Amino acid sequence: MASEQAGGARPGSTGGTPLGSTGGTPLGSTGGARSGSTGGARSGSTRGAPPATGELPPATGPVPDGPLVRRGGISARWRHQRPAQDTRRRRRPAGSSAVTRRRPSAVARHRPSAVVRSHATPYLFILPAFVVYAAFSLYPLVRAAQFSLFEWPGFGPSTFVGLQNYVDLASDAAFLAAIGNALVLIVFYAVLPLVIGLVLAAIFRRGQVRGMGFFRSVIFLPQVIALVVVAVAWRNIYAPGGPLNEALRAVGLDGLARGWLGDPGAALPAVGFIGTWLEMGLVMLLLLAGMSRIPDDLFEAARLDGAGPVREFFAITLPSVRGEIVVALVLTIIAALKTFDLVYLTTSGGPGNATTVPSYEVYFRAFQLREVGSASAVAIVLTLLVFAINVGVTRIGERAS
Amino acid sequence: MRVSSAERTMNYVVLGVFALFALIPVITILATAVSPQIGQAPGLHLANFLEAWKVGGFGRSLGNSLIIAAIVVTSAVTLSVLAGYAFGTMRFPGSTVLFYVFLLGLMIPTEATVIPLFFDLRTVGLTDTYAAIALPQIAQSVAFGTFWLRAQFRSMPESMLEAAAIDGAGPMRTLLRIVAPASVPALTTLVVLVFMWTWNEFLIALVMAPGGSLRTAPLGLANFQGQYTAETALLSAGAVIVALPMVIMFLFLQRHFIRGMLEGAVK
Repeated sequence: MASEQAGGARPGSTGGTPLGSTGGTPLGSTGGARSGSTGGARSGSTRGAPPATGELPPATGPVPDGPLVRRGGISARWRHQRPAQDTRRRRRPAGSSAVTRRRPSAVARHRPSAVVRSHATPYLFILPAFVVYAAFSLYPLVRAAQFSLFEWPGFGPSTFVGLQNYVDLASDAAFLAAIGNALVLIVFYAVLPLVIGLVLAAIFRRGQVRGMGFFRSVIFLPQVIALVVVAVAWRNIYAPGGPLNEALRAVGLDGLARGWLGDPGAALPAVGFIGTWLEMGLVMLLLLAGMSRIPDDLFEAARLDGAGPVREFFAITLPSVRGEIVVALVLTIIAALKTFDLVYLTTSGGPGNATTVPSYEVYFRAFQLREVGSASAVAIVLTLLVFAINVGVTRIGERAS
Repeated sequence: MRVSSAERTMNYVVLGVFALFALIPVITILATAVSPQIGQAPGLHLANFLEAWKVGGFGRSLGNSLIIAAIVVTSAVTLSVLAGYAFGTMRFPGSTVLFYVFLLGLMIPTEATVIPLFFDLRTVGLTDTYAAIALPQIAQSVAFGTFWLRAQFRSMPESMLEAAAIDGAGPMRTLLRIVAPASVPALTTLVVLVFMWTWNEFLIALVMAPGGSLRTAPLGLANFQGQYTAETALLSAGAVIVALPMVIMFLFLQRHFIRGMLEGAVK
């Protein structure tokens, strides 16, 4: 997620090595062999292969989602681990009957595991991770909540103002603009990539596509590139004399040409479009992983019944990937809310408040305006939004299924 | 599955369009990176990379990035292995609650923690240190890593642990000799993910090192952009330099990484 960061994060590849080739067996991943440029990566493919290579992805199970995201923005993925949680419940000592069945040895039952005798051992193993996590993630979150109740310029004395910072936000033009912009960005970051991802994944799932590995890798490529680099590339494209305007002029649309990132009306869609470019590969891969679990028989049966590609898509493909759609939406919506790097590097929230987003407001208030209390209040609102979206979208997804 | 040739053609058109859409910015930046600077003769200017490297101080910022990535990856993976091992293979009171506390970490946005982190670490004089940039990232990665490896370790047959117990192995020995070696794909995936997140991290590096001496590669590029807005050729060359290490890492580890991801995710 996180990132990614959630948001996002952003794995992927270049050069056309077949990207999710493990899951790709039913999808004709052989086409990926055409990517000659990456011989080094491919040559290791069989040598280090764990047993599961070449197997179909299991027909059930949760979604391969989280890792595709930026740290700190990963999210609801665990909700899709419900089956795993059930297992764990069974393994806990409390569910004694199940435990007895699993572990016939009466002695073993009271030990943390076969190789662990001391009851303190599990806690000792967890302790180092917990200390770092608590000190540098949990505690700062609590401190942010505390900061949000004060007025403080970042140095010197602070004044307790209760919930005033939150009350002020309700009539704060920049904050309201940030929320409004985030809602618009959701269309570009989540809705458009979902539509594109569905179409692309369905194509991969349905037809034997030669060079599938190549296409998958290329479309996924934007996810690996640091957002700073992405910003440099797109600023260049959007520049008044950049390729986009040149192309528009070349086809006679001079009237449309403009400095895209400096135009109050065009800046937000321009930033959003970068988000679409960024997220479509992630969504495609998530959906593809889900679709590759649909058994071939289902498609065969539909075809025998005379269903065309569109009918087949709505009758079989779409209902089968509800879980993946939920995960993709959660990740991309959160990415839209916290698209700090891109906004900071392309527009700095401007012109005016045209492209500001909550995460940019947090930074700008704390470190430019020196309103640490107000910045913390925005940060807490952002955190609550992320939590709410996680819960909300996941609930909707559960109800739909 | 057979599809009609008309549909197949249509499929290629759609895929081609989106592949082109994905590639255009990449091609643009590569082309710009080797284009002539203002006032130079047209042609292929590979020297842009050398100049960008020198002017942008990328030797230094890439070095910083590498050191921070090494610290974060090593620490985060080590801590996650230990915690994931406990959650994945041991039964103990409070394990569920503790695990949910770790899961919470997957949802905490960096934006929310970075303000207090900056001011609190400034108070104790830790800003502008490697620790200040690395520790918050370790904390976030540990939340994910614990979650990720717990799933991996849970999937191991209990008979493996029982066999180790019969051989007289303790928990640490079992982890190092049996559990970890059997989890190489999942560990590889985790290493790549954490490396990528750390390499591309912007906000933490921006806030925690205001002095500029510990600038990471993305920050070095942002700074470069501030100074050389007009010189797009140099700027693009710098951008390519910053993006390259991540891309190379993927070329080499991609197959392992994807496999680990798909396997790990279905547990």
